[in-house]
Amino acid sequence: MYLKVSVQPGDFDVGAELQQLRAATPQAGALVNFVGLVRDVSTDGQVSEMVIEHYPGMTEKALQQIAQQAMQRWPLLGIRLIHRVGSLTAQAQIVLVAATSLHRQAAFEACAFMMDYLKTEAPFWKKEVGDFGQHWVEARASDEQAKQQWKLPK
Amino acid sequence: MKITILYFARIKEVVNYSSEDVVLPEEVETIIALKSWLSGRGATWQKLFDGSGVVRAAINHELVDDMATFDEGDEVAFFPPVTGG
Repeated sequence: MYLKVSVQPGDFDVGAELQQLRAATPQAGALVNFVGLVRDVSTDGQVSEMVIEHYPGMTEKALQQIAQQAMQRWPLLGIRLIHRVGSLTAQAQIVLVAATSLHRQAAFEACAFMMDYLKTEAPFWKKEVGDFGQHWVEARASDEQAKQQWKLPK
Repeated sequence: MKITILYFARIKEVVNYSSEDVVLPEEVETIIALKSWLSGRGATWQKLFDGSGVVRAAINHELVDDMATFDEGDEVAFFPPVTGG
């Protein structure tokens, strides 16, 4: 199994990343990916910049744990996770989640699972900056509910 | 015992610093007890931990609940609910 996790200030090239994942898992018949972006609007107005703070050390560990949980749960071949930190401009790429598997269902579900867990367990905090000044992005109850749907029956 | 405490995001802005080393009385060894001990510092701290906003905690990089215990030299962190992705 192939697993690579990065936390970085710099941008990423989705095409190059997916190519690398494909090359690392040539048995794959399915490649699914999700890219999260800085939207240029918020409830308070136009957003020009997003600042992402994180907890160095814990962040990498949390992403590794989320990827490993996905590996245990679905028959995946490879996972690539990238999350950016620091100051990002509107429409910039924030996060890449990608997975390969023999057949599509495992990769589809694993990507959704990893995003739902990342949103509620990985220590990142977003601050939006715009014509309204700046504010911390509030955690959404719907993200917590999205995670709950993956809970396995005891 | 001596531990390091880290603060992140909104909480860091409220307390006005990002980390500190503290020497705790013997009986303070759980997250809930630490919150209560820090609340004794004054109104700002009391308001932070009074339950009106959610404060998450981690011990040595692992998310924990209020009843979790820490040991000498551990790194404890307080932060708001996460908003990455």
